[in-house]
Amino acid sequence: MNIVLRLAWRNLWRHSKRTWLTIGAMVFSNVLLVFMISIQFGMYGLMIDNTLQVFTGHMQIQAPGYKDDQKMRQTVPDIVPLASKLREAFQTDTIAARGWAFGLASSEERSYGIGIFGVEPTFEPHVSSIPGLIKDGRYLRDNDATEIVLGAVLARNLRVTTGDELTLLGSGRDGSFAAAVLVVVGIFESGVADIDRNFAEMPLQSFQDIFYMDGAGHQVVISATTLDEAELLRPGIVAALPLDSDLVVHDWDTLLPGLKQAIQADMGSAFFMYGILVILVAFSVLNTQLMSVLERTHEFGIVMSLGLKPGRLGRLVMLETAMMGLIGFVLGAIAGALFTSWFTVNGLSIPGMEEMAANFNLPARVYPQVTPWTMVAGPLVVFLFTLLAALYPALRLHRLHPVEAMRAN
Amino acid sequence: MRLLPVLVRLAWRYLWRNHRRTIIMLSAISVGVWAMIFMTALTRGMVDQMIKDGVSVLPGHVQVHHPLFLDDPSVSNRITIGDAELARAFDTAGFKAWASRVKVPAVIASERESRGVTLLGIDPAAEREFSFVSYDDVEGRFLEGADDNGIVIGRELASKLETEVGKRVVLMSQDPENEIADRGFRVVGLFKANMPAFEESYVFIGKQAAQKMLRIGDTTTEIVFLADDYRNIEPTFKQVSARVDSSLEVSRWYEVDTYLGTMLKVMDGFVLIWVIVIFLALSFGLVNTLVMAVFERVREIGLMLALGMKPASILGQIIIESMLLLAVGLAIGDLLAWATIQPLQGGIDISAVAEGMEMMGASSVLYPKLYLSDMIRANVVVLILGFLASLSPAWRASRYEPVEAITKVG
Repeated sequence: MNIVLRLAWRNLWRHSKRTWLTIGAMVFSNVLLVFMISIQFGMYGLMIDNTLQVFTGHMQIQAPGYKDDQKMRQTVPDIVPLASKLREAFQTDTIAARGWAFGLASSEERSYGIGIFGVEPTFEPHVSSIPGLIKDGRYLRDNDATEIVLGAVLARNLRVTTGDELTLLGSGRDGSFAAAVLVVVGIFESGVADIDRNFAEMPLQSFQDIFYMDGAGHQVVISATTLDEAELLRPGIVAALPLDSDLVVHDWDTLLPGLKQAIQADMGSAFFMYGILVILVAFSVLNTQLMSVLERTHEFGIVMSLGLKPGRLGRLVMLETAMMGLIGFVLGAIAGALFTSWFTVNGLSIPGMEEMAANFNLPARVYPQVTPWTMVAGPLVVFLFTLLAALYPALRLHRLHPVEAMRAN
Repeated sequence: MRLLPVLVRLAWRYLWRNHRRTIIMLSAISVGVWAMIFMTALTRGMVDQMIKDGVSVLPGHVQVHHPLFLDDPSVSNRITIGDAELARAFDTAGFKAWASRVKVPAVIASERESRGVTLLGIDPAAEREFSFVSYDDVEGRFLEGADDNGIVIGRELASKLETEVGKRVVLMSQDPENEIADRGFRVVGLFKANMPAFEESYVFIGKQAAQKMLRIGDTTTEIVFLADDYRNIEPTFKQVSARVDSSLEVSRWYEVDTYLGTMLKVMDGFVLIWVIVIFLALSFGLVNTLVMAVFERVREIGLMLALGMKPASILGQIIIESMLLLAVGLAIGDLLAWATIQPLQGGIDISAVAEGMEMMGASSVLYPKLYLSDMIRANVVVLILGFLASLSPAWRASRYEPVEAITKVG
């Protein structure tokens, strides 16, 4: 072994307790960082996936301005042919056309205002999780049937079950009065009260008839398997739009700015906390290394008077720190991964969190996943700050005067 | 006990013998304590604001409904006691504020668009203190009385409906017989709210106009009461419960809005965990400092013991040293936290993530709230845990064998 390496290693263990305590601080922070980062990013992924698969999809084609105003007359013309053209062009089923309107739904006993989607019964199941959540009856079948599926809470409040009739009142695309009688064929239950309370779906063609849509709709929803894939798909979609139209393609983060911003806000506060932890570790290292340099002043004086350059001594101190940091890094990353893995198997639930979780489309129990990235990212930052903290004691050596130093102690 | 002043003085001097180490440790403690309190103040501020926006304002701290209303908010599930009788029961009872209102889902339509909203039929005089709408900050005017025939809607909703002050809109809902109840209203004012979602989802009309439109006589669907503070609602709750008969359901705000209720609890827990985590990160450095401090003066400790100082005094001295270090660090940290939070009292603008905050139910301006109780809690936790952490090094120092210690080559 290289002599400098050996020297550094031995110096490190002069005060083994001090070294272990400093490493302890690193390991503690690293375990926390690995654990929290694993949970955090796992949750973001789930949040995005679970939210997008309800209605939004990864991308939507809309009329300009529709995203903000959602007005009936901001339409995508000839929407069904457009959707089928895209499906053909991309050889996929995960593209579907929709219309959206607001109406008053009345049963025999109750009336409630609801949001109603006109959907393509064949393709909607490929872009939305709602069709798979039917717990009573069946999903929509024919494109021109006058039928409707409702959220479970809505159905309960309206006092209807499958087979009952609903009257739907609203205003059509041109502002004229729209009305229809629809048969409830299915009831879905997503578990998210807001969705189950406020939404209904009906076949797109009857939707277009009732609301005087004249073949138009409001959104073409495009789903991909992953976020990355969606990004790759985007240029192709834009290119495939009819040349003379002013239609726009929106990504999920423009469609649901709240989702991305909630993640950003959460990341902001998380990074503040991580930063504090890292700074505290850095102080610990600074303390230890400064002490270890100060108590060796006499010794350093001797070797310097023998001709050793202060730069070399500085590198020795940095090497000691790096060794210490490396031990902290390895132990911390491993311990953190093990700690987190326990929750990967058993799941983590915070009492009372179900409500909050549901608000973000998250399950009540989370299973954090350790990836190489979440395992290494936090400890790596700690390691870098460890080295940074040792710079002051190391550079201080340049100011050391051999003769004075030898007189110390 | 006469020894105590001496021990404190000794500890203080020892602390400054190695001033570099002490200063580094003090910096670490100060930063840690600052982070504890600062973060706590931010979270507190956020939750307070959420509750102010979401709970204490619109729905009231204690609410009375028909037992089925919360799940099925229809006029059929209204409170069948008339306003006159309610006034007799509550006006003289000494509540800070109370009001009965009509609150039902409805559809609002302009000539162009229709949207679903929550219709609030209110007596504006009674609700001034509850409302999330500042009556004065209204484009046009707010409702002038319970018999006002106009409608006040949010700005956001107005732009979606393409309507404005002076234009007419139609409200549709149902009456108790499930006949469609609809009526035209002239828009008299556009209100502004902290959260765009409120501007889109609530419309105000006069209580009597609502009662007439829905054909419900002088009954309402909701009675709300204001307590002094959202954390202290039990007295009001009891008072209300005693005055309404059992056919009605009396609920606390956190039972109505369970999301905010859990949010409050989760945040309380989070604050404590945060304080403990920071302390643990600090404790390594603290113990390290103490171990070193003891190590440096093994010979002195041996000498003191040989001269007859009791081991207990050595133990006490080390613990005092640790407590002094923590106390100074806490003082600086507290001061730092206060100094950084003070200038932020006016609110921190985080509108860059406004829609995300809204998803969490928070508004886009964050007002940090520094509570004395939070500060005291952080300080007490640090001192108690600090005491525990210094026990081991102190104990060891007091167990030295005098002769061995003196002869130890340091």
